Amino acid sequence: MSEQVREVALESPWAGGRSPFAIGSKKLGMWLFIISDALTFSALLMAYTYSRVANPDWPKPFPIYPAVVFSTLMTVVLLFSSFTMVMAVAQAHKGNRSAAARWIVFTMLGGLGFIGLHMYEWLHLIEEGVRPFSNPWGAPLFGATFFGLTGLHMTHVAVGVIYLGIIAFGFGRGKWSAEDVEVSGLYWHFVDLVWMFIFPMVYLMSVQYEPAAGAVGMLLGR
Amino acid sequence: MSGHSSHGSHEFAGTARQFAIVWGWLVALTLVEVYLAYIHLAVITTLLLLIGLSVIKAGLIMAYFMHLKFEKFSLVLALVPALLICIGLMTLIFPDSFRVLELGAR
Repeated sequence: MSEQVREVALESPWAGGRSPFAIGSKKLGMWLFIISDALTFSALLMAYTYSRVANPDWPKPFPIYPAVVFSTLMTVVLLFSSFTMVMAVAQAHKGNRSAAARWIVFTMLGGLGFIGLHMYEWLHLIEEGVRPFSNPWGAPLFGATFFGLTGLHMTHVAVGVIYLGIIAFGFGRGKWSAEDVEVSGLYWHFVDLVWMFIFPMVYLMSVQYEPAAGAVGMLLGR
Repeated sequence: MSGHSSHGSHEFAGTARQFAIVWGWLVALTLVEVYLAYIHLAVITTLLLLIGLSVIKAGLIMAYFMHLKFEKFSLVLALVPALLICIGLMTLIFPDSFRVLELGAR
């Protein structure tokens, strides 16, 4: 009976084979976490964008320069850290442990750079008077949705830097498998992917056009 | 017979050159988004264009960096449609946000 069940299971992945997706359970677990986390961020983004569109007096505190140039730089830094992470995973699968660890350290530096730039941006907004339920410009909910959304994302980046630190340290010393590096990479790419939605929805949708937008504005005569 | 080990290091598909090209595209699409914000179109137009471009970027990241292009298609089927349907259900209330604009408030 059980022998027969096993035969069927191995015949086709859809019949309940041991590994229908041909990946390890850690990787599948991370993917399932990513899907549920993606829904959390979707709900927050939806709440932010809904409020953004529904409120004609939604604050637009991001001039092209410095805020948008600044957040574009953050985006490029985060994208570059995704590139170094994928290089780390490729090296890990080739068995080059120290090279993989080195690429992961570059990834962590990218993550730390992102957090530093983002904290600077936050402090700037707080100095301008943005609070969770009030701000000097318009719809009071701006602060709550902005800090909630970007704060949760920044927490994810910070957790990711710690996670990658543990993986780099352990993997460089001969612990764990290439799959563990790949799973941490999945998490990191996901954090990057979420920013690809937060950046346009939050920053690019709230650009302050007038008065003349700083240095870039003056250069281009706007 | 069932000596299948899940951590057998089968080759990680994709080359450094390929990853660099994908990264270049992601940066390029980001710059297009910034340009779209800079030229100041109507809110709804900007929103739709930005979401479209972001979905393309997300697809690139998932396909190449997260390796989904090189996994079994059954994994994609297990993960992506459910996510898209859930997000789609969330958007059902979204058109209500246009109501205030259509009422003429500025």
